[in-house]
Amino acid sequence: MTHSQISTQVLSNGVTVVLEQMADVQSAAVTVLQPAGSVYDLPGKSGTAALLSELLTRGAGDYSTRELSAALDNLGVQRSVSPGLSHLTLSAATTADRINDTVPLLAAMMTSPHLSDEHFAPAQDLVRQALHALEDEPQQRLGQYLRRCSYDAPWGNPSSGTLTDVDNITCNDVRQHFNTYASPQETIIGVAGKISSTEICDAMESSFGSWTGGNGADIQTSPCDSSPRHINHESAQTHIGLAWPSVPYGHERYFDAWAAVGILSGGMSSRLFTNVREKRGLCYSVSASLNTLKNEARVFGYAGTTTERAQETLEATVAEIRGLHKGLTIDELRRCQAQAKSSLIMQQESTMSRSSSLARDTWHLGRVLMPEEIRNCIEKITVEDVRNYTLEYAPKEIVLVTIGPEPLNADCLRTVTTAV
Amino acid sequence: MQFYQHQLSNGLNIVAELTPSVHSVAAGFFVRTGARDETDSVSGVSHFLEHMAFKGNDQYSADDVNRIFDEVGARYNASTAEDVTTYYAAVLPEYLTTTMEMLSILMQPSLRQEDFDIEKHVILEEIGMYDDMPSFTAYDNVMATHFSGHPLGQSILGTNESITDLTADQMRTYHKRQYHAANITLTVAGNTDFASVLSLAEQYCGDIPSGICARELPPVEPQQRSEFIVKAGSGHQNVMQMGLAPLASDPLRFAAELLAVIVGDDSGSRMFWDIVYPGHADSAELGYNEYDGAGTWMTYLSCNPEHTSENLQRMQAIFDVVNSDGVTEEELEQARNKVASRIVLRGERPMGRLSSLGGNWLYRGEYSSVTNDLEIVRNIGARQIWSLLQKYPLNVNTTIGVGPLETL
Repeated sequence: MTHSQISTQVLSNGVTVVLEQMADVQSAAVTVLQPAGSVYDLPGKSGTAALLSELLTRGAGDYSTRELSAALDNLGVQRSVSPGLSHLTLSAATTADRINDTVPLLAAMMTSPHLSDEHFAPAQDLVRQALHALEDEPQQRLGQYLRRCSYDAPWGNPSSGTLTDVDNITCNDVRQHFNTYASPQETIIGVAGKISSTEICDAMESSFGSWTGGNGADIQTSPCDSSPRHINHESAQTHIGLAWPSVPYGHERYFDAWAAVGILSGGMSSRLFTNVREKRGLCYSVSASLNTLKNEARVFGYAGTTTERAQETLEATVAEIRGLHKGLTIDELRRCQAQAKSSLIMQQESTMSRSSSLARDTWHLGRVLMPEEIRNCIEKITVEDVRNYTLEYAPKEIVLVTIGPEPLNADCLRTVTTAV
Repeated sequence: MQFYQHQLSNGLNIVAELTPSVHSVAAGFFVRTGARDETDSVSGVSHFLEHMAFKGNDQYSADDVNRIFDEVGARYNASTAEDVTTYYAAVLPEYLTTTMEMLSILMQPSLRQEDFDIEKHVILEEIGMYDDMPSFTAYDNVMATHFSGHPLGQSILGTNESITDLTADQMRTYHKRQYHAANITLTVAGNTDFASVLSLAEQYCGDIPSGICARELPPVEPQQRSEFIVKAGSGHQNVMQMGLAPLASDPLRFAAELLAVIVGDDSGSRMFWDIVYPGHADSAELGYNEYDGAGTWMTYLSCNPEHTSENLQRMQAIFDVVNSDGVTEEELEQARNKVASRIVLRGERPMGRLSSLGGNWLYRGEYSSVTNDLEIVRNIGARQIWSLLQKYPLNVNTTIGVGPLETL
């Protein structure tokens, strides 16, 4: 096993490229974060970024759609383009010997997509059908709904768009979206694998370096509505979503927050899994995870359960959230630390996972946290740190949303915790 | 990368592919049992038992098992399929001993009545969860219909009724019948040495009872059937179809994997260009699934209900052309490149190698390295595709719809 090396290069047009040379792998992966995500969708045009993401693969640079697809397939490139909140994300991976030839194709998609009228209607059909399919998937729908009730707009807007807006979007809207927001200065590329940093930097400069792009824009926010809500759906289960504030990646208390969520839901010995599922059999799925934007964060909780047990499940889950500060033990913390250590090391076996971390760290923090640095931060955490965090950041308000045959009584959310 | 194989005196098979150049080690028990080994009266018992395995034995409680796996930072889980039940964990090499001890407990759990009663609720909730997923409803029904009267038609989860009626004694009987050492393969991939693997296997698996466990592999003879499960109020249609394809033991399975990529991959395939790319459907795919003594072509279509019928016609038109004209060399080359790249990327992680290693041993009693897999894929040409199409043309026997449509 060999330790990897990380370096950063800024291209002549301002695109940031972060590289990690990994000696013990045969592949290489690229993650491109382009600042043209759904938070830039104009009011009444939710789905513009989703349409752009669909159109990026439909002809770019000198390539028709089929030529682009064939060229990528011939290089064995596994890839996906997805609309996120702040960014469109392109992920691609192939064997290391082919990565330099892959870069120009990825650059064509991200810097000179055709965005032609002839491709717009089919792309719109696809986005609309995917939204209809989502209507029949209550668990996925709940995730979007919970986000919308938790973050101010546009940070709570669904990145896949809405059925009401998708038909109002024109191809010109998509072109304007791309030409305005996709700016090189805000674009970040992570590359990880068995690469030569000189060769990959040359390939990046010649493919991405001359792109001028847009200038970006400020985001106007408007408040969300966080009162308890319910969507009637004739589903087998009632799907329960909960959200409460936390601290974002980069915040001085972030690792304490991370440990708190880990103790609540980090493994099969965590409190939610043990006390809601294993001891009471109330549900199959119960979880909580930290969701972090650049400047704010939430913990999103989920439980899916049959309707007659839904109220009890809600109350049991909320009791665990409210009581998190009680009886914290060193063993609970050590289990979280062990899982983190294991994840950090195993990440070194996946170029896709590393390239994504490089790009996301750079966006959130302006630099890459080295695995050793993260490990130190995690090992330093004490039970007292976690206890203090859970008390100082105890949720004053928990947002509840449900999808299912019947709404739930939200009284249990109002209980105020007292320190023990 | 070095392959090792051994059989313990109780009949338990051990296969390992070891290398010092990775950071972790993955270990798993592949038990040759699943839904197909059940009768209707115990439908769902394999999967329920997989949950109960984590409830511990006389020495370790359920809390202990979960806690210890978490203490060593294991990425661990289990899964139940028609053919096989798998229990696995990936850890840093220094935790392999503890992990092997915990995994071995899963093979001989106590199956306590009080744990059984609580976990039954969890299983019923899991059934409810999948009920809310239209594509899963389609899969469960297309398998039951295509394999009607055949063991592979047994539902993995069972039904609310079968699970409610199941007793702990029935589960104990099933466990005693199916969890013999000769029915279990211990698979290890990653950074450790074989002497350690053998010593751990002797220590923790040596007392698993020996014995023989027969499995019948009757021929699959599907009828032409079509059924639509109506979801009132839904605005979207899902359709799954199934036809006969090579068995897991058939060398034509590699050609089948390539043909599925050419015809029905999620991008760059014929179904993609003719159906998804023009916006007729948000998903139109073909996959090849292998089973012990069986194999299926399985299609999945997700689209606007109004366009369902014409999309199915488009899929059939693609099948007709492929059956009569085969595929082009250009398509074959792209598919070879795609599949080769997937093999390399998946093979970089011990967890990725584990399933390939275990699957090959379970289905075929053979080992195939990444290099060998790549060589096989490189050598598949038009001749093999023709042989495949002559024996297993792209045909559909079974159609299941889930959505607003009552019929086509």
